[in-house]
Amino acid sequence: MTSMQHAPSSPRRTPGPSAFACPSIPWAPAFAGATKMCISLLVVLALALIANSALAQAIDPLPFRDHAEELRFQHLTSELRCLVCQDENLADSNADFARDIRHKVFELMQQGKNDAQIKQYLVDRYSDFVLYDPPVNHRTWLLWFGPLLILIAGGIVVVNTIRKRSRIAAPIASAPTDNGDDW
Amino acid sequence: MSRLLPFFAFVLLAALLGFGIWWNSAHDPTAVPSPLINKPAPAFALPMLNEPAKTVSKDSMLGKPYLVNVFASWCFACGEEHPVLMAESKNFGVPVIGYDYKDDPNDAKAWLAQHGDPYDMVIADTSGHTAIDFGVYGAPETFLIDGKGVIRYKRIGPLTPDVIAQQLKPAIAALQKEAP
Repeated sequence: MTSMQHAPSSPRRTPGPSAFACPSIPWAPAFAGATKMCISLLVVLALALIANSALAQAIDPLPFRDHAEELRFQHLTSELRCLVCQDENLADSNADFARDIRHKVFELMQQGKNDAQIKQYLVDRYSDFVLYDPPVNHRTWLLWFGPLLILIAGGIVVVNTIRKRSRIAAPIASAPTDNGDDW
Repeated sequence: MSRLLPFFAFVLLAALLGFGIWWNSAHDPTAVPSPLINKPAPAFALPMLNEPAKTVSKDSMLGKPYLVNVFASWCFACGEEHPVLMAESKNFGVPVIGYDYKDDPNDAKAWLAQHGDPYDMVIADTSGHTAIDFGVYGAPETFLIDGKGVIRYKRIGPLTPDVIAQQLKPAIAALQKEAP
């Protein structure tokens, strides 16, 4: 992979908090005032950060008709993948792109589309990849049934091993010269 | 034989792991295949960056193939792609439309003024709504659309000289062969 990567669509990134250094000189009473001021500044900064993250939680104040619609929206967006940040779903993602798609989902809901139609709308544009639940088709059968195949293969090996061992163990167990060491 | 079975199982798993590593290094695991290839491009009508009163639509572009290159002034990889486009865009033989994606028009104009304008025209999708119809999820992305308005090729990520020589130019040549 080169340094030339596909940039996620986050046009406006907020800069992270810059490094903040405080003079901490408890043994010098002359500077106590400055240190105290610095601590209160830190507290204010921390509060500002908390307020900011609380704001980030309420990213989409969408005008839902009722709570049921909101729940449906939450459920639907949690089943869809954010393509920019691929290990996040649409509901959780803070990416600008995810917000656009969330608004699109909301818009489609307002148009009276059902969940399947909304998912199909996104699959038509972004492929099955937007679905967290991959559909069963010829490209995904190994994904769906592979674990079952491995389980069956493992079961066959276990059954074979047990049969073989019992065949070997059987004459020994029936032998009268059992010295009791086995158990 | 049965003693070797665990060994074979191990070799099988190791081979699977090796295949996975090879696959992920040969392919970009974050690239999403576009389901829109060989499907009609979505209808669009977007204002031109320099003359917002004029709009460019899918209908107005019908009749000849063209390229749509999604870019933005905020997009880092677009800056890496830009010199390649500056060098190559006039050699494609088809018009190249810049698609300014989720960008402040003034930022985009300044960016093009600073780095050069490789496009035949630039359209602006400030909200990014039309881009959803195109299946765009970042920038840069490049679409090749034929005269009938069908998407024939899509590149996710920057165009590089290799990609242009091995994928884009052959795709354009194939279009031009079937055109007359």
